[in-house]
Amino acid sequence: MAGEFVIKDCALATISVGRRVQTLRELRNAVRDVPADSIYHHFWGTLLRPSYSEREYNNDFAAWAKRSLHDQQLAERLAVIDPTGFPDIEALRAALVEELEECLDECTVIPTAALTEQLYFLRGLLVVFDTHRRLAAPEELPAAAAQMSTASIFYHFIDARGRTEAGVDDFRAWLTCLEDPHEELQSRLASLDPYFGSLASLRTRLTRLFAQYFQVPTTVVHP
Amino acid sequence: MSPRLESYVPVVGRSVIDQLEQLARPLHGARVVHVNSTRVGGGVAEILEKMVPFMNELGMEASWEVIEGDQTFYATTKTFHNALQGEPVAPVNRELQHYEDMNAANAQRLGTTLRQADFVFIHDPQPAALLSRFPDRRGRWIWRCHIDLSHPSRPVWKYLRGQVAGYDASVFSLPDFAQVLPHPVFIIPPSIDPLSEKNIELSQEEVRATGAGVGINPDRPLVVQISRFDRFKDPLGVINSYLLASRFAPELQLVLAGGGASDDPEGETVLEEVNRTAADLPGVCVLPLPTTETSPRIVNALQRAADIIMQKSLREGFGLTVTEGMWKGRPVIGGNAGGIRLQVVNHQTGFLVDTPEGAALRIRYLLFNEEERLRMGERAREFVRENFLITRHLREYLTLMVALHHKTVQGRIEL
Repeated sequence: MAGEFVIKDCALATISVGRRVQTLRELRNAVRDVPADSIYHHFWGTLLRPSYSEREYNNDFAAWAKRSLHDQQLAERLAVIDPTGFPDIEALRAALVEELEECLDECTVIPTAALTEQLYFLRGLLVVFDTHRRLAAPEELPAAAAQMSTASIFYHFIDARGRTEAGVDDFRAWLTCLEDPHEELQSRLASLDPYFGSLASLRTRLTRLFAQYFQVPTTVVHP
Repeated sequence: MSPRLESYVPVVGRSVIDQLEQLARPLHGARVVHVNSTRVGGGVAEILEKMVPFMNELGMEASWEVIEGDQTFYATTKTFHNALQGEPVAPVNRELQHYEDMNAANAQRLGTTLRQADFVFIHDPQPAALLSRFPDRRGRWIWRCHIDLSHPSRPVWKYLRGQVAGYDASVFSLPDFAQVLPHPVFIIPPSIDPLSEKNIELSQEEVRATGAGVGINPDRPLVVQISRFDRFKDPLGVINSYLLASRFAPELQLVLAGGGASDDPEGETVLEEVNRTAADLPGVCVLPLPTTETSPRIVNALQRAADIIMQKSLREGFGLTVTEGMWKGRPVIGGNAGGIRLQVVNHQTGFLVDTPEGAALRIRYLLFNEEERLRMGERAREFVRENFLITRHLREYLTLMVALHHKTVQGRIEL
């Protein structure tokens, strides 16, 4: 990704997999055989999906375990699974199944959700498009980040971790290839946890982070 | 005249509008037809009033057609509606035949438009049988189901499934509402329009004047439920919860306001029952709103005058009045049903309740805890801004259309 930084944007279409689960055992069975893009969606795509509540966990399985199975321990164990730590979705799936198996082995009663609290498996279709905006130098990042859509932030800062060879966001991947790789900036980017809060708040944090690094006034993101 | 997309920049930000324009580029010139059963009243008509001009502004040739029907047809489709939401009722064969005949007549009337369209969105069950009359269609046909099909009356769903299985895709508001169909089932929650008369910012003076016009005392606490007079909206349960709460808050006022829709023949009966129940209650105002241009602004003012918004539905589609209330920065007490479950998060944006007693308890709680009430209202407004405005809804329609245009619904599409 040497040279210019190509600003892309994306839009998500959410599609039902036609599968729903009510118990922990059903969850294990479904995780084994739903399409890979469904596993991806429940870890990553959930950030792009409209929501009325703040994220407490970094994936839908953990959130469901807490909210609907009322099993905080299970939720914590599922939440610790970091999808960037796996080479591909199948490896992530295997780890998730393993964790669910272990939880099932330890159960005396299978955790079960109310009928109205079932987990519905979804998958996402991502449409990616070029905004035709380019950055020639990292110094342009503060202003550019403020103008990016929240989906563009998702694409470059979150989706990239599953796309780039090093499993990092596009900003770091770009900086690495430059003559001056801005290592301090890369380190600050690595410290920004992308999983919590809304994408709009993530955009605000990124904008502030770039502005502070390049010592320029923070561009106000409106609204 | 509808506001142009540019007018939404101060509300949603420039990047959102830029994104819509870029996403729509591959769809320039596409002929898009939306078909539903009523031009006025109800959430579908409200969405289409905006969605169609937006699609035109983004370079498509979009139009909106309304099917025609007689009383028997609408009575039958109302039975459909109730049965699909779980009521143990079913149309008889003669009524089903009439339903198909009316769809056939509409197919003849709309033939050329629908046959030439690139995308046809058929909204809800009323016009669903149109598809079978177009074996030679060239475009992509999408069935947009706005109602909750999670627990349908099985015989009625079996019949309707036969009508909709042949579509190229369907769209449901929530995964919980969807049924398994032999085509891609997209999930697109509905939205509100922040610049519509029902949601636009109003001055304090206008809010007070509207309230005074219907007898509201601005110095007394107010609960408002905006909904059609429909049994599923439980207006009698709301009055009951008002009675229970007013024992502890004697100053409490309640407004039940709502319009009708030309495809709902039951509304009058329910309204009469509500009027009878509220007749001796001076703190309750029952306000049937005519389908006129001024009604949405009255709804807007009433929601802004309220301290608490109520939507105590027993069955619900998505329940957009909840989102509208949240956009006004008010907490919502919602029935534990349909899409309300998604919108109302306990202690974050309001409270979910199962009974009039539960609703009364939460009214008392919110009136007692003013600071929390205001905080919940603010949070609710921000959730709506980020997720449930019409620009997000439009983006998801465009994404679906791009996917169908590219004939793929797997993985990702790089434009």
